[in-house]
Amino acid sequence: MSTTVEAMDKAMSVMTSAELASAQHSRETVGDFTAAEPRMVCRNVDVWYGNKQAIKNVSLDIGKNEVVSMIGPSGCGKSTFLRSLNRMNDTIVDCRVTGSIQLDGEEIYDKKLDPVPLRARVGMVFQKPNPFPKSIYENVAYGPRIHGLTNNKAELDELVEASLQKAGLWKEVKERLDQPGTGLSGGQQQRLCIARTIAVSPEVILMDEPCSALDPIATAIVEELIDELRQNYSIAIVTHSMQQAARVSQRTAYFHLGDLIEVGETNHIFTNPQHKLTEDYITGRFG
Amino acid sequence: MHTWTLILLLLAVMALAYHLGMKRAITRVGGLKQINHLHSLPAYYGVYAALWAGIPALLLLGLWLGFQDHFITALVTAQLPPDLVAAQSAGQIDLILNDIKNLATGNIVSATVTPEIQAAATQFARFEELSTQAQWLAVLALALGGASFAWSRTEPQMRARNRVESVFLVIMVIFSSLAILTTLGIVLSVLFESLRFFELVSPLEFFFGTNWSPQIALRADQVGATGAFGAIPLFTGTLMVSLIAMVVAVPIGLMSAIYLSEYASRSVRAIAKPIIEVLAGIPTVVYGFFAALTVAPVIRELGAAVGLEVASESALAAGLVMGVMIIPFISSLADDVINAVPQALRDGSYALGATQSETIRLVVIPAALPGIVGGILLAVSRAIGETMIVVMAAGMAANLTANPLDSVTTVTVQIVTLLTGDQEFDSAKTLAAFALGLTLFVVTLALNVLALSIVRKYREQYE
Repeated sequence: MSTTVEAMDKAMSVMTSAELASAQHSRETVGDFTAAEPRMVCRNVDVWYGNKQAIKNVSLDIGKNEVVSMIGPSGCGKSTFLRSLNRMNDTIVDCRVTGSIQLDGEEIYDKKLDPVPLRARVGMVFQKPNPFPKSIYENVAYGPRIHGLTNNKAELDELVEASLQKAGLWKEVKERLDQPGTGLSGGQQQRLCIARTIAVSPEVILMDEPCSALDPIATAIVEELIDELRQNYSIAIVTHSMQQAARVSQRTAYFHLGDLIEVGETNHIFTNPQHKLTEDYITGRFG
Repeated sequence: MHTWTLILLLLAVMALAYHLGMKRAITRVGGLKQINHLHSLPAYYGVYAALWAGIPALLLLGLWLGFQDHFITALVTAQLPPDLVAAQSAGQIDLILNDIKNLATGNIVSATVTPEIQAAATQFARFEELSTQAQWLAVLALALGGASFAWSRTEPQMRARNRVESVFLVIMVIFSSLAILTTLGIVLSVLFESLRFFELVSPLEFFFGTNWSPQIALRADQVGATGAFGAIPLFTGTLMVSLIAMVVAVPIGLMSAIYLSEYASRSVRAIAKPIIEVLAGIPTVVYGFFAALTVAPVIRELGAAVGLEVASESALAAGLVMGVMIIPFISSLADDVINAVPQALRDGSYALGATQSETIRLVVIPAALPGIVGGILLAVSRAIGETMIVVMAAGMAANLTANPLDSVTTVTVQIVTLLTGDQEFDSAKTLAAFALGLTLFVVTLALNVLALSIVRKYREQYE
């Protein structure tokens, strides 16, 4: 297979620019990219970093109460795509997004839409746990305070407790809420970050390789948590681990060099991939 | 035959030794083809030989130059006719010896030349000539001896690389201890002079007295013969000027750092940052006359317009200009620590729906705060030690006042005035400068240590 890829790369290099432009849209997505009850609807999304196109004509839905996992080799654009779903790419100079991304029917790249409240509705958990250098309590209370979600201290206490409960961290930290969040273990820090995200009641949670910095036990705990969170939230997760994608997600999308190659039911993708590239990746022939 | 010629010759011997040592190593191991059987690269054997040739010879030369003069002088003194030396004070003997030396080297002589002195001078010149010849012989012999010793020791198994390494280690240790010893010397000299001062004036008066008037009368019958050494007005003056400077510099420096690191586009940053740093490159004397000739009159006129009396040299003028001088100091330090706050923290805050200013206020600044405080403390110690601006703009009058429009004086200004001009070096007046210097040194050192420990603690958090 790798020889085919090389041959294609060679073919690309001798194409004229006009041909190249059409070639960028040459890979049709295999499988059904729509969801039954879509929360986020992405159609023909292109993402550019300066002159480099990182995402090519991707269409994908994220449905209610489901976990969509995005897999693919390094540099395939899955993280870029994820970050364009809550406009985190806005902070990167030279980054442009075209196409349509809707949250509950609302165009999120609309000029009139303010990205700041959007990010409260589409929360994000990062690859490396990044608790603020504040106490555990203050970490969780940060979002609610900014958005004025509670009216008094008692309500805030309640919200912090509920969020930590949902993130499965309450029992471990309830005695030391005033200790710094940075003093927790890696897995606890990541669950603290999840609790922080939950505290502002997002509709969608984006997770960018949330377990890649964690040990296997912490990973198992976070995976279990993701499965529970599905009851209340829509989740999109980027992962390098195919086992993880298989364990936590209902649908899986396979990205390759900026293209969405194949998308479908997770068990379907892993047992019966339709596209040659998908098959090669999940059988470990490259990536 | 000058000493420099000898040193050049010595360098030539070292170069020769380097070459021979390298050759020797290659020959001993059996030619270039066997070179991998040498313990070290051939050049190390060369350096080894050169060090053996150079270092002992240089040490001998140094010692010789250090003691030659003492030795010859002692010889000549011993041979002076007793009637010339008798009934002369040590100072006068020194004077005679000085004349002898001047005569020997052909310089101008202070007294009339007597035959005795002429004879002594001839002898002095002869001794010197002899000594120089002996010195050349001894130094060159030692250099060649060292080179041949290294030559005889050069074996393929000799660990030349390691030996060269340890010699360089010793050289580095010597140089770094020179730096430390110099600092120690300065501190000790200031300390001892201060102790002499405190023998004359009690520390209690110095640290808690409110009257500063360090003039000591030349004659006992003059008025105010004793002088007053209460340094409180100087401390308060220093504090006031520094405080005004910080009030100017901290907000401006901090805000510009936040703007530059968080909001400014790359092109604005590329232009604005160097411009701010230009402020740091302006010589303080330029700030000084800017304060004295431009800012002070403006303040006085403004004061007159609203009916306030402003001294022509005011704490306000000096403090304002000093603040401008310190802006780049604070802004570049704050910029560094703000940039050191990981992007992940900002991302985390944005991802919760925080705006940029909320993120800066609630996440970035608190995370960078220890570093910022450290930077401010460093700036304070810089302000306290600043001299030129206050000399030119703050004035000399030691007023104990809380009015920034008044003329005040600072510790540094008083050190300058106490030590410039013709001074007796053992009066309380000049010694007071050392006591002030010591106080200043202790305060700024304490501030710096505190600031650096805060900054370091902050760095540990993120690296």
